[in-house]
Amino acid sequence: MASSAPAATAAAPHPYAPTPYRVLSRVSETADTVTITLAPARGAALGAHRPGQFNMVYAFGVGEVAVSISDDAVAPAPLVHTVRAVGQVTSALARAVPGQVLGVRGPYGRPWPIAGAHGKDVLVVGGGLGLAPLRPLLKELLAHRDRFGRIEIIYGARTPKDLLYYPQIQSWRQRSDWRVQVTVDAAGREWYGDVGLVTARLPDVRLEPARTVAFLCGPEIMMRNTARDLVDRGIPESAIWLSLERNMKCAIAQCGHCQFGPVFVCREGPVFAYTEIRRLLAVREV
Amino acid sequence: MASVGDRRRIERGAFPALLAALRSEGYRILGPTVRDAAIVYDEITAESDLPIGWTDRQGAGTYRLERRDDEALFGYTVGPFSWKRHLFPSRERLWTARRTGDGFEVDPEPPDDRPVAILGARACEIAAMGITDRVFAGAHRDPGYQARRSRLFVLAVQCGQAGGTCFCTSMGTGPGVTGGYDLSLTEILGPGGHRFLAVVGSEAGGRVLDRVPTVPAGDADGAAAEAIVARTAASMGRSMDTTGIRELLPGRPEHPRWEIVARRCLACTNCTMVCPTCFCSTTEEVPSLDAEKAERWRRWDSCFNSQFSQLHGGSVRQSTASRYRQWLTHKLSTWHEQFGTSGCVGCGRCITWCPVGIDLTEEVAAIRVPAPPATAPRGNR
Amino acid sequence: MTESVRPPESALRVADHPFLRGLDPSLIESLAEHAVERDFEPGEFVVRDGEIADGCYLVFHGKIALEVSAPDRGRLTIQTVGPGEVLGWSWLTPPYRWQVDARALKHVRAVRLDAEVLRRTFAEMPEAGYQFLLRLLPVIAQRLENTRIQLLDVHGV
Repeated sequence: MASSAPAATAAAPHPYAPTPYRVLSRVSETADTVTITLAPARGAALGAHRPGQFNMVYAFGVGEVAVSISDDAVAPAPLVHTVRAVGQVTSALARAVPGQVLGVRGPYGRPWPIAGAHGKDVLVVGGGLGLAPLRPLLKELLAHRDRFGRIEIIYGARTPKDLLYYPQIQSWRQRSDWRVQVTVDAAGREWYGDVGLVTARLPDVRLEPARTVAFLCGPEIMMRNTARDLVDRGIPESAIWLSLERNMKCAIAQCGHCQFGPVFVCREGPVFAYTEIRRLLAVREV
Repeated sequence: MASVGDRRRIERGAFPALLAALRSEGYRILGPTVRDAAIVYDEITAESDLPIGWTDRQGAGTYRLERRDDEALFGYTVGPFSWKRHLFPSRERLWTARRTGDGFEVDPEPPDDRPVAILGARACEIAAMGITDRVFAGAHRDPGYQARRSRLFVLAVQCGQAGGTCFCTSMGTGPGVTGGYDLSLTEILGPGGHRFLAVVGSEAGGRVLDRVPTVPAGDADGAAAEAIVARTAASMGRSMDTTGIRELLPGRPEHPRWEIVARRCLACTNCTMVCPTCFCSTTEEVPSLDAEKAERWRRWDSCFNSQFSQLHGGSVRQSTASRYRQWLTHKLSTWHEQFGTSGCVGCGRCITWCPVGIDLTEEVAAIRVPAPPATAPRGNR
Repeated sequence: MTESVRPPESALRVADHPFLRGLDPSLIESLAEHAVERDFEPGEFVVRDGEIADGCYLVFHGKIALEVSAPDRGRLTIQTVGPGEVLGWSWLTPPYRWQVDARALKHVRAVRLDAEVLRRTFAEMPEAGYQFLLRLLPVIAQRLENTRIQLLDVHGV
């Protein structure tokens, strides 16, 4: 009715309008994946983000796609996004060259609940591109290393060539204040590391189930199997956190695409406690 | 001046004055009209645009216009259109990006601030707008929707009859109009003459009514209107048992009925297009040929489309069964968790406009019956 | 390749291996009696596709790659086996031939339980043999799961 809804305020930014950001650098991670670094093209910048959140990234004339933020959460700008070229938009983003202007809106979504892991042992399990949203979490763990107990990290990828952030992983592996295990599904002769599923590395992990918090991100089947094994080892379901991926068009719970049962992955997620979604993960085609 | 809650009587002959009053108050009028063998909503410039003397006969997968034996203006139920088409257009430009020297600038689409009066909003449709309000007015307000909604004059008309696929009484949304209107009418035919009982719902409604010749409504008018609504309520074409439905549907994701309905469902998306609350959309980028401009459009999408749940590896919901389950479970159950209300108002459009006549009230009833337990193979004992 | 038969020392080590820990002591004793300690240098084959499956390897140190090869793909490692894990079940059923290449990636120290001794012992002590199989089956199941995930190519798509 005419008087019921308040008039839209002209000052409010359009929720779908991207903010221009300039590409500062572009690094090839794998054959089809690049990491781009972005800074505001003009004055306007996005608000602060937390590890685990994502942005909608826009390529002029091509379109927009949801990409997790994978930069250093401790320092402010620039923004870092790792993109795998699989569709039109991601291919355009992966081709972006330094100097080019892209659009960004966000940050969106629920971040990793890192404070809940203070005083606890931490297990981080990543698969493939799933390492991208975990990287800011790992950086925060390191930045406040004294707040956490034992830290174990397992990262799995398809082949050694598909490992993200390889130089950084090598330096992470040298550290004595956490343990990083890397495994791949298959490898050629050049690989001297582990070959097998991330779940095959779990028995090696030393942790006290009752005081462990686990953060998982990767293919859904990998997270499901990992969560199942962790529960079997006695880690409470409420201490296991997963980051889900679904089709997203709006990122503001209005387009309906990312629904997973009652939740909008863009708003209630992408990070969920295993307790919240365990039942739905077991149902096909939700 | 007529104030909120005032009840006035408008004689049939004074009805054109109501249209004129709306125009004088600056409203563009959208209302029912006959087009393509259906009653749809479009611009109303004269009383003759209205579906005078027409009614609709509806059933699962069927809709027919028929002549009435009277000259009722609002003697039909609901057609394939709903006010969603106005508030949340099927295609809408959100912004335009212009290439500049070193990048681009984004110009959001200016909100459409023309005041619009919708004529003939049904109780279920007002309930539906209340539902879409919750979708588009969350933490991120949709500027286009908000602009149109805030300038909307709702002229409600209570239903004088129920359609063959109506079940608003089951959903608690009608047929009586209880709020959310600026002005509500009940069309009274028969003894005492063709007339309308008008109730003022807002100051804007009072201002419009002040421009129309009226007399204070008598007790007889009120009683006649109540009788009309009661008769409509008693003649619903469908009903749905909503007891425990929030738990029922998500609790039976493997019920065999999902596969059974999927054998008929064409995944054509009709149900979601005619639904007054379905809000799913997608965005598309429309670059100009010279690549100097790019427009971002939003258009209706549907959870029945295979691309809807597309991830890089493929669609999450590959089967039609999973898409029907998503739609029905969302509409009747998970909507409550998302928006604090059911997503269904009982208007029956999805039943009428389904090309194969799938009836959600029937599907809910079937899913209510527990799946038969697995039986042991013969010869086992 | 070095091979040494050192029953007393092996017996102690065999019983310590996580795969056998907690099994019937008389079974462990029977197996340990004929156990052989084996060392493999990096690059050296532990077992070869098509050869007689001579026994079950309990890995104590190092890392073994299970490899398959195809003319156009070269050698592909499909799984690695490390300390505390066990390699091989082809010795259990005919035709008793390895179906995979296993190659040391890092210096490997392992104990081989002899195939014939295993089969004979299981025939004589079926209950203990059943317990042994109960531990071997998850190893096989995990290999299968690994293969399934590779088939899905979950990281690749």
